[in-house]
Amino acid sequence: MTTSAPIGQPIDRVDGRLKVTGGATYAYEYQDGGTPVYGVIVGATIAKGRIVDIDTSAAESSPGVLMVMTHRNAPAQPTFGPRWVQNRFARARPVLADDRIRYYDEPVAFVVAETIEAAMEAGRTIAVRYEEERPRIDLGAHLEDAYTPEVINSGAATDTTKGDFDTAFANAAATVDSRYTVAYQHHHALEPHAALALWDGDALTLYTATQTIANTRAAVAATLQIPPENVRVVSSYVGGGFGGKLGVRPETMLAAFAARQLRRPVKATQTRHQVFANVGHRPANVQVVKVAAAADGRLLGLSHDVWTQTTPFEEYAEQTGLSTRSLYDAGALVTRHRMVELDMQGGEPVRAPGEAPGMLAVESAMDELAVTLGMDPIELRIRNEPMLDPMRQVPFSSRNLVACLREGAERFGWADRPTTPGSRRDGRTLIGYGVSAAIRSNYIGACAAHVRIDPDGRAVVRTDMTDIGTGTYTILTQIAAQTLGLPLAAVRVELGDSNFPRSPGSGGSWGAASSGTAVLDACRKLREQMAALVGTNEAQPPVIEAGVVRTGDRSESVADLLARTAPDGLEANGEVAAMTSNPNYRDFSQHAFGAHFAEVGVDMDTGEIRMRRMLGVFAAGKILNPKTARSQMIGGMIWGVGSALHEEAVMDPRFGHAVNGDFAEYHVPVHADIPWIDAHFLDEDDDKGNPLGIKGIGELGICGAGGSIANAVYNASGVRVRSFPITLDKVLIGMTAGT
Amino acid sequence: MRPFTYERAEDVRQAAAAVAARPDAKFIAGGTNLLDLMKLDVERPAHLVDISRLPLTAIEDTPEGGLRIGAQVRNSALAADPRIRRAYPVLSRALLAGASGQLRNKASTGGNLLQRTRCFYFTNAAMACNKRTPGSGCAALEGFNRIHAILGVDRALRERGCICTHPSDMAVAMAALDAEIETVQPDGTTRSIGLDALYTSPDTQADVETVLRPGEMITSIVLPPAAGRQIYRKVRDRASYAFALVSVAAIVEVDAGQIRSARVAMGGVAHRPWRAVEAEQILIGATPDETVFDQAAAAALQNARGFGHNDFKIELARRTLRRTLADAVSV
Repeated sequence: MTTSAPIGQPIDRVDGRLKVTGGATYAYEYQDGGTPVYGVIVGATIAKGRIVDIDTSAAESSPGVLMVMTHRNAPAQPTFGPRWVQNRFARARPVLADDRIRYYDEPVAFVVAETIEAAMEAGRTIAVRYEEERPRIDLGAHLEDAYTPEVINSGAATDTTKGDFDTAFANAAATVDSRYTVAYQHHHALEPHAALALWDGDALTLYTATQTIANTRAAVAATLQIPPENVRVVSSYVGGGFGGKLGVRPETMLAAFAARQLRRPVKATQTRHQVFANVGHRPANVQVVKVAAAADGRLLGLSHDVWTQTTPFEEYAEQTGLSTRSLYDAGALVTRHRMVELDMQGGEPVRAPGEAPGMLAVESAMDELAVTLGMDPIELRIRNEPMLDPMRQVPFSSRNLVACLREGAERFGWADRPTTPGSRRDGRTLIGYGVSAAIRSNYIGACAAHVRIDPDGRAVVRTDMTDIGTGTYTILTQIAAQTLGLPLAAVRVELGDSNFPRSPGSGGSWGAASSGTAVLDACRKLREQMAALVGTNEAQPPVIEAGVVRTGDRSESVADLLARTAPDGLEANGEVAAMTSNPNYRDFSQHAFGAHFAEVGVDMDTGEIRMRRMLGVFAAGKILNPKTARSQMIGGMIWGVGSALHEEAVMDPRFGHAVNGDFAEYHVPVHADIPWIDAHFLDEDDDKGNPLGIKGIGELGICGAGGSIANAVYNASGVRVRSFPITLDKVLIGMTAGT
Repeated sequence: MRPFTYERAEDVRQAAAAVAARPDAKFIAGGTNLLDLMKLDVERPAHLVDISRLPLTAIEDTPEGGLRIGAQVRNSALAADPRIRRAYPVLSRALLAGASGQLRNKASTGGNLLQRTRCFYFTNAAMACNKRTPGSGCAALEGFNRIHAILGVDRALRERGCICTHPSDMAVAMAALDAEIETVQPDGTTRSIGLDALYTSPDTQADVETVLRPGEMITSIVLPPAAGRQIYRKVRDRASYAFALVSVAAIVEVDAGQIRSARVAMGGVAHRPWRAVEAEQILIGATPDETVFDQAAAAALQNARGFGHNDFKIELARRTLRRTLADAVSV
């Protein structure tokens, strides 16, 4: 490893040691402002209706209790407002604002006590009487009530149409017309949603777990009706986000309210059970995919219709069909999104919103078409590789899907796949292979950063960007060190504080591009400043590398240079503009691509499905750090396993609660479910998105991953399951009893 | 959570007396189940008697050639014991199929037998549950009952009944092994109860799960010698850390081409580890072949009943039973 060029090197996480030794402080662990008191949320036990009476007398006289807040005594707050706003994460989110119940487990009271146990005990004694209305919960039963949203999440058009799909479908040599369903899935970051709130006069400091500092600041200020500059948000370390920490949740608002009233620091967190209802989820959906193909596999038509859960009070229209518009070259191409209002918590972006559920269906349908045509599913995809973005008719900034499929096929041993379903056995286990494409939009957000070099030659990078476990601290250290010509150890990155320059935060896989480009910009300016300080007359600019400045045959350390010429050190601001002002995002279709390969075993007797192998091959621009990037990819792929085989929050249609709302029964893959997994990156450099040549990778790993597993289950068992997750009961009914 | 007092028991008899003295007292050993349920306000003891440090941690040979297991032997220690692994592999495998390494390090043998059900509606204090609040109804009956019972529920009544399953893997193996539990009463007297007689029917009183009297404490579990090939098969939704949808413990002894003895128990299908007596009767004396296994499996499920989401368990149990029996006689 060359330390002078750390970009692209598998550098260990710079915050790794702090994390494994407990030195990284998370929101709920702060003890600023003296001994905190503890808040506990009490949730509604109905899904729809209003509070008729709430008796808090026992709680108020319970030992150690300092405050019981309900809608009767909660501070004045703005109304929730329209169902859709431009930035859902920055809007006011009133809590305990009125007597209405909009979803099961919505907060009805907040109890603050000297200890968390005292708060829990008092909360238990609160008696609520409701006027209950019959909730609408079952998505399948309310599809006829669907409506058409103005736009879908990401701001894209709700519907798109190209060509004459009906004619294409009628004249096709082979067709697929399949209906798929995807269950409610949850982010469930290991660190629960939490905050410590403390006030100094009119100024609020919030230690909280958030992906985006600026949005949290705005949403808290709007809800508390105070100026944003009076809110400081600190989120130095975040134990996972996945979209769940883009918005501000009730515990944070309530801690801020209670701390203001009590003039004491208040800590609050959601329990694991509460996270099921009070964070949001990937909404359940129904998808119909129709494919029309010529005998040679060319797509004549592809249509993707989606019905997704949303709520009466807020619209979240997941962009489930968005990636279908850029994936395959089809003569006729139709995508449509419809929403169904149900009386439960609303949807939120969950890792790869849109692609993750949408590609489960589309990539299953492509496999069904390959089976119908008797074609290799890789060959089918290659045959439909577009030259231009199929809907937008602009070039791709770079697109290496075919290379990923070919490289993956080679590495995985695809040629050895069982072509006939149910034809390969290992003892009582049926073996199947599956493949799927991966596509994920590439974005960048407006970002600012500040970098200074102290006279001792050490640099400090600051932006309010967050590291939600992805490796932001590490990659920004690499970018700054290489650009400034300093050793890694001479760079310190400070993140997650609203006192720092504004970033777009972590979300949409744009964190590395946005913050990396802003840091690069600041560091380039500093490098020019250093070059000017050298004051050379020679034609060659000075070489700054590993903390040493060389000009011709002269050399001195950066520290010596600064001590001599800039005793106060140097500083610079860097920035990058939003993609709306970057023509490359208009003139090019920007995506990262990949291919997933899965081998599964299906038990002949029980239908149990177990992963055997999984490989992802990705083309996602330059890779800043292969080590942290690999963790991102295999993490996403394991999410794909969960979405294909395990994850489902079951909503009880009578009560509207997540029946299996704990980690014993809401299953995610455990170690034993992932026996062999690997991710490989192809070399790619894309100069259209950002000067680093990178693309977002945080979500790419899950995109399409579950599709390869569903296809492998079919290949193993001969049973096509179109209801996700694919649990053994769904396979069992299609399998004849093993003999 | 509700306030409670705590004492550490000094000896076996004092522990039993301490719990018997207060109707709101409970034993606590590993606490892997009780503490969770206390946080959920499902279990509401006002007093806990900690028996985890009592000298009940030995595994000893019995004069009959079996083993006596102290009630405070940890699940991980029991699974790893060489005598258990050699003579009772079905028990070792069942233990290792349950929970996680961390939980097995804490959970006791006695406590494992007395686990409460994982029914979603039992663990949610806002839901109707005859087990938690007798007479309140059963929200699972017309709710999401995918993990619920198919056997011993033919007379389940909405007003009083319960369709939950017993979550233990270990107890299923012990049922097949004809284990007996030994207890001490508050007055110091002891008794022995066959595992099959430990659990009561939920038909009329779902909140009562065993024949144990107030303060009566399990001190040990006795395993008689076991002859035959032993198998534990657990079917679940993921590879580890999931409760059984269906499990089968089978001990089958074949001699001269005939099944000499067969003991079969099932998990995940009933409110208790379910001894498949009807299957055993068909197997004993029969020639072991697929036809007999089919008949035995069909007999075991003849009174099975589904409640919608768990209908698949009947077929799953039949297939799992048939396959496990076939595996038990194949060498």
